[in-house]
Amino acid sequence: MSPTIMLDVVLLALVIIAGIAAIEVRSLFAAVMLASIYSLLMACFWTTMDAVDVAYTEAAVGAGISTILLMGALVLTGETEIVRRAVHWPALGACMLVGALLVYGTLDMPKFGDENAPAHVHPIYAGYTQQDVRKHPGGKSHGDNVRAEQAAEHSEPEAHDETAHGHGDYFHGHVPNQVTSIIVSYRAFDTLFETAVIFTAGMGLIVLLRGRRGNPLKGGLL
Amino acid sequence: MSLGATTMFFGTDIPTLVAGVVLLFSILLMLVRAIAGPTVWDRILALNAIGTKSVLVVALLGFMTKRPEFLDIALVYAILNFLATIAILKYARKRRLG
Repeated sequence: MSPTIMLDVVLLALVIIAGIAAIEVRSLFAAVMLASIYSLLMACFWTTMDAVDVAYTEAAVGAGISTILLMGALVLTGETEIVRRAVHWPALGACMLVGALLVYGTLDMPKFGDENAPAHVHPIYAGYTQQDVRKHPGGKSHGDNVRAEQAAEHSEPEAHDETAHGHGDYFHGHVPNQVTSIIVSYRAFDTLFETAVIFTAGMGLIVLLRGRRGNPLKGGLL
Repeated sequence: MSLGATTMFFGTDIPTLVAGVVLLFSILLMLVRAIAGPTVWDRILALNAIGTKSVLVVALLGFMTKRPEFLDIALVYAILNFLATIAILKYARKRRLG
């Protein structure tokens, strides 16, 4: 068993402890602390899974902004939760059903670390591993001078330049970076309207939370 | 993952392994303190310490997988941890955030 997997197992065990404790604890302040701890440990876990972008988001949103927002909510509410213990059976059943469906959905996915997974055998993978970030085909990027010197030292001709940046490449002449190519070129309208939705939501929140004279929220959150 | 003459254990070298075990065990101790801690300050201290430990876990992971660039991520975590702690302390002291 590789050390990363062992680290994953221990981290996930700690995550489960923190999550259950955050639900069970009566003091809401402690619950906020435990939710923040949960996010920090999940960020570590995402880093071990090589999903560094997700880890950044988890640390910034989960451990940073969410904690502060929950603190802001604590200002307006009480500090302790009212004990109300009753199992809502239909809700429990719905949760179990959805969870079982999600687990069933993962059965089709390739195994963790599988070399023959589609992500590794697809022809675009070769282009992805050799990619060179440049704005235009044949354009000069920031590190080109450095790379030219290195190429001169190793006397290595730019062999992959034609295939990686010409119109016969995997990106059809778009931005050579794969992620940027998909998000900004192929899914440009999708991304544009996603941004519009997020902007509208943000404006709505500001208008709602801005507060008026005599509003207890005034000067509280924003 | 081979380090030449270094003694290997569970696929990694002994110092890394010991550091990892100690880090995870200290996270567990902090978690216990965050759950049980009678006062607010115990919990804030536990959260801050777990943030520091997660910075160290990310850095250790970078060296474990031979990618020391992970130190940048660890630095970002340190900054975020600092900001969150400031906000929580401000709330705990003044009972408001504005």
